[in-house]
Amino acid sequence: MAVPVLEKPAAAPAPPPRRKPGQRLKVRNAVIGWTFILPNFLGFATLTLVPVLILMYLGFTSWNAFGQATWIGTENFQRLITDKTFHTALFNTFYYAAVHIPLTLGISLGLALLLNRKLRGMGFFRTVAFFPYITSIVAIAVVWNMLFSPDSGVINQFLMWIGIDNPPGWTTSTDWAMPAVIIVGTWRDMGYYMLLFLAGLQAIPGELYEAARVDGANGLRRFLNVTLPCLRPTTFFVTVMLTINSFKIFDLILVMTDGGPGTATLVLSQYIYRKGFEEYDFGYASAVAIVLFLICLVVTIVQFMVNKRRER
Amino acid sequence: MATLTLERPTTPRPLNRPRRRGRTLAGRIALYVTLAIAAAAIMLPFVWMVISSLKTNNQVFSIPIQWIPDPVVWENYLDIWTKSDMATWLRNTLILSVTVTCLQVLTGSFAAYGFAKTRFPGRDVLFLAYIGTIAVPWQAYMIPQFILMSRLGLNNTLWAIIALQAFSAFGVFLMKQYYESIPDELCEAARIDGLTEYGIWRRIVFPLSGPAIATLVLLTFVNTWNDYLGPLIYLRSPEIWTIQIGLKSFVSQYNAEYALIMTGSVISVLPIALIFLLGQRYFVQGIATAGLKG
Repeated sequence: MAVPVLEKPAAAPAPPPRRKPGQRLKVRNAVIGWTFILPNFLGFATLTLVPVLILMYLGFTSWNAFGQATWIGTENFQRLITDKTFHTALFNTFYYAAVHIPLTLGISLGLALLLNRKLRGMGFFRTVAFFPYITSIVAIAVVWNMLFSPDSGVINQFLMWIGIDNPPGWTTSTDWAMPAVIIVGTWRDMGYYMLLFLAGLQAIPGELYEAARVDGANGLRRFLNVTLPCLRPTTFFVTVMLTINSFKIFDLILVMTDGGPGTATLVLSQYIYRKGFEEYDFGYASAVAIVLFLICLVVTIVQFMVNKRRER
Repeated sequence: MATLTLERPTTPRPLNRPRRRGRTLAGRIALYVTLAIAAAAIMLPFVWMVISSLKTNNQVFSIPIQWIPDPVVWENYLDIWTKSDMATWLRNTLILSVTVTCLQVLTGSFAAYGFAKTRFPGRDVLFLAYIGTIAVPWQAYMIPQFILMSRLGLNNTLWAIIALQAFSAFGVFLMKQYYESIPDELCEAARIDGLTEYGIWRRIVFPLSGPAIATLVLLTFVNTWNDYLGPLIYLRSPEIWTIQIGLKSFVSQYNAEYALIMTGSVISVLPIALIFLLGQRYFVQGIATAGLKG
């Protein structure tokens, strides 16, 4: 809102009565602004902001549910260094992210390119692609577990039908459980990111393609020199969201495999849950949570920096 | 079936030279075939779920797969209500979803107005704090949050989930993005006509933000309905379980009753599918607006 400025820089300081209305307006604006934000902010501060701050303290304490939190310095973090299960969870989290991020990125972009046309029925196909994203985790996990069933599941029946004699045991095998989870995760998420890409694609002015065509650029050239550069803000946003969402993967794994077999699909979020809510080791669980928090923070900052450098 | 459509800036149709036309037709057919196969692959788990929910138990895993149930076991859809507390779970989930959605839209749009249309020192720093926490995984701070909720005495009550979900930073972000596309001149004119800021929010900005509200309503409703981890941590007594927790416990309890488990799954997805089909036009638009400027 524009506040009229009466004084000119060179003029003598305005007499106090003149300044007061401006000052009062400022206070009034602040009060009005805050009253709008306050109802949400109260809840947001107590349940998000404060817990994030408390987390930073809890990680340096030893605390079970019944006693008192006692400050033990970096002891929890030293324990992390030798904790084999933590290493597995850390590795699995990166494993999931390293495959799930590029896979989902590629497929959702591919789907968006495929569906970015003004043809009859495109709306139907977009609806289909988006549908898995909004359905319940438990239903999805249960259905896919049955599809993945080693002996008589639909997927292995299909694999045997096309001539694979020894199809994988999927969620019952330590090697194949993670790929199985990644397949379901990608299937579920791709529709959402496809929508973001679709919105990005449709913001690209058609004249750019016309100009490229006049210059004799073929389909691939047009994609590399027009589509990709114009999509960059969208791609950046999608990558950031996808990364955070991949690092915090949990409920899908919890319902599908419960971290198993053994610890084959145990990820950081689930390790936090186990330590905190099953073993009531709040301090140690918080230390793991700080690690997860730092990973997300560092990866996001790096992505922002890379994006900024490319912008120049 | 209603379908998703995105508005597209109309571009001049390229002149089709005769030589290209044949290629386009063949290309179009190839495109439709590709799309049909992809759509079938994506929908297969849902199709299989519905089919299996109408089978007898030992037919679910028959080799080869039986695509048409014979006999069609409609009784599954009656049995499930007596074998499980489906009705209680659905009622709890509905109460939660509706309450959370109302609160989020109300407080979220109110805060968004503060961020988008009023100006005061510290506003942008505050908004940054909101954005920042979107990037923090909930799993990272669920423990301190749990301790806080216990202190507030909300543990093992539906209030815990309401408090947990009702004040989302994402909702504020989404609404703010939309409010910024409403011209300031409109608010300015209303101010000159003597409306207070609250009046402007209620009479002008809020009514104009239909698509954003619809998106927030859908996303929040769907999120609350499908939330698994929150209820898992906070809702310990069976009589306050939500459909997700209930379904999961049903699955572990009746782990050999495959057909019945699929029936339960279908019922848990049905309300969401319905809501989605009713409002998906806005959904797409809203996600697009929120995503593009991020």
